[in-house]
Amino acid sequence: MSTSDIAVSGLRKAYGDKVVLDGIDFDVAAGSVFSMLGPNGAGKTTTVNVLTTLLKADAGTVRVGGHDVATETRQVRSVIGVTGQFAAVDDLLTGRENLRLMADLKRVRSAGRVIARLLERFDLTEPADKLASTYSGGMRRKLDLAMTLVDSPRIIFLDEPTTGLDPRSRRTMWEIVRELVADGTTIFLTTQYLEEADQLAHLIAVLDQGRLVAQGTPEELKRLVPGSHVQLRFASVHELDAAARVLPGATPDDENLTLRVPGDGGVKSLQALLGRLSEYSINAEELSLHTPDLDDVFLALTGHANTEVNAQ
Amino acid sequence: MSTDALIMLRRNFKHIARNPVTVFNGALMPVVIMLLFVYVLGGAFNVGEKYIEYATPGMILLAITYGLSGTAVSVNSDMAKGIINRFKVMNVSRGAVLTGHVAATMLGSSVAIAAIIAIAFALGFRSAATPLDWLGAIGIVAATAFATAWLTVALGMAAKAPESAGLSVVPLLLLPFLSSAIVPAAKMGAGFRQFAEYQPFTPIIESLRSLLAGTPSGGYTAAALAWCAGIAVVGYVWAITTFSRRV
Repeated sequence: MSTSDIAVSGLRKAYGDKVVLDGIDFDVAAGSVFSMLGPNGAGKTTTVNVLTTLLKADAGTVRVGGHDVATETRQVRSVIGVTGQFAAVDDLLTGRENLRLMADLKRVRSAGRVIARLLERFDLTEPADKLASTYSGGMRRKLDLAMTLVDSPRIIFLDEPTTGLDPRSRRTMWEIVRELVADGTTIFLTTQYLEEADQLAHLIAVLDQGRLVAQGTPEELKRLVPGSHVQLRFASVHELDAAARVLPGATPDDENLTLRVPGDGGVKSLQALLGRLSEYSINAEELSLHTPDLDDVFLALTGHANTEVNAQ
Repeated sequence: MSTDALIMLRRNFKHIARNPVTVFNGALMPVVIMLLFVYVLGGAFNVGEKYIEYATPGMILLAITYGLSGTAVSVNSDMAKGIINRFKVMNVSRGAVLTGHVAATMLGSSVAIAAIIAIAFALGFRSAATPLDWLGAIGIVAATAFATAWLTVALGMAAKAPESAGLSVVPLLLLPFLSSAIVPAAKMGAGFRQFAEYQPFTPIIESLRSLLAGTPSGGYTAAALAWCAGIAVVGYVWAITTFSRRV
């Protein structure tokens, strides 16, 4: 993970007066998953379009697979695979023919074997000879991704790969992404789902109105937001009150018999907390650790809620 | 043709062959119209010869134009749906996407034309054309198919949506009826006659008619080829510029 497969610096793009990308910088290590997170209209698809040679940037440099997207377009295209937001499959061809079309255009050798393997892997062998127009949304996405994989690209761009999918298809997609990473593929993923970025990404960048407002591992991002706490549950009000007296700063909730103790969840502070409880012979029924999720992060970073996610 | 264009040709021809609407419009409609005119209406037309002899060249032209709406829709769908983006991020020759449509359209036309000619012979059409005349006729037909296919690709590309793309070629479908394809221009009313005499399909049909009759007309053939070249250039340039603007 030492070399960058994607290196972006000072990327700007505007349509007329409307600035879509206002100078963004990031690096994606080879073999890692980088997730760009943001609501609709934040500039995610524009970023993907620039990185995949579909769109020219107004300023900044973008290198993908070690090649400049503006001047070495052919080389960039030969190492990338792109699965866009809307399944780009040919409805009037069968699943197998769609894969064959890609294999032919990419001059893949022993295409028959590659196609059979992909159909198998994506659980599409049975409907392989039916027209793609008869496929469900989840099947179309899988076929779309399979089409991207016929020539085993080194770097894969997934633009909102699970938007509009049911939870089961979403999990299947996640599994596939994990397998790709295990094979050493570099993945650039955009999503509006915080959980998806949390599940898959090594590094997350939060994009808001054309700017990257934060970058880091999921854990680092969560730590940026105050509000980590330990929650203790007790068997009786008596014990809850006793605990509340000995733990400074704790907030009791009489109804649920829980006590909320601020803290970062580090091992030392937990030991101190438990030590204090046993010192006073107070028994807690249950202990749970609460770290803020990415929803909290988004709210804290941008000062406004991730409305797209809240609407889900 | 490049390998990419051949791959696209195969794809686009499958589209044509699998869509009942394009098969009906492209292959069956011309046959239906031919039967309609030869059996139902043609008897009433006094064209100075057996009507099947007169009508066959026009029907060949209809076999070309009726296949066009499918192409316009198909070109537009490619642009409107995500598939074009997939081709764009691959090292696929840009031109191959368009030439694939043109080639598939011409292939579709040849199937329809073969059907029309076979039925024409079955209905009593006889030709005094020499092999060289036939070759000339094939040349005119190919030039017409080529030119109208490029214009159609441009129309399909320029249309806002697949629905309007299908409509955008309607003028091309109507033009043969307002030419000497069905009845001689001289028999039309004032206004229509002049229009028929000066529109591109009349010299194309007259040239084809003269070649199939074994009495080639150099004047009509030159005019027909000039029209085809003009339409092809306009269609090509329009298609390419619209394509590069849209992608």
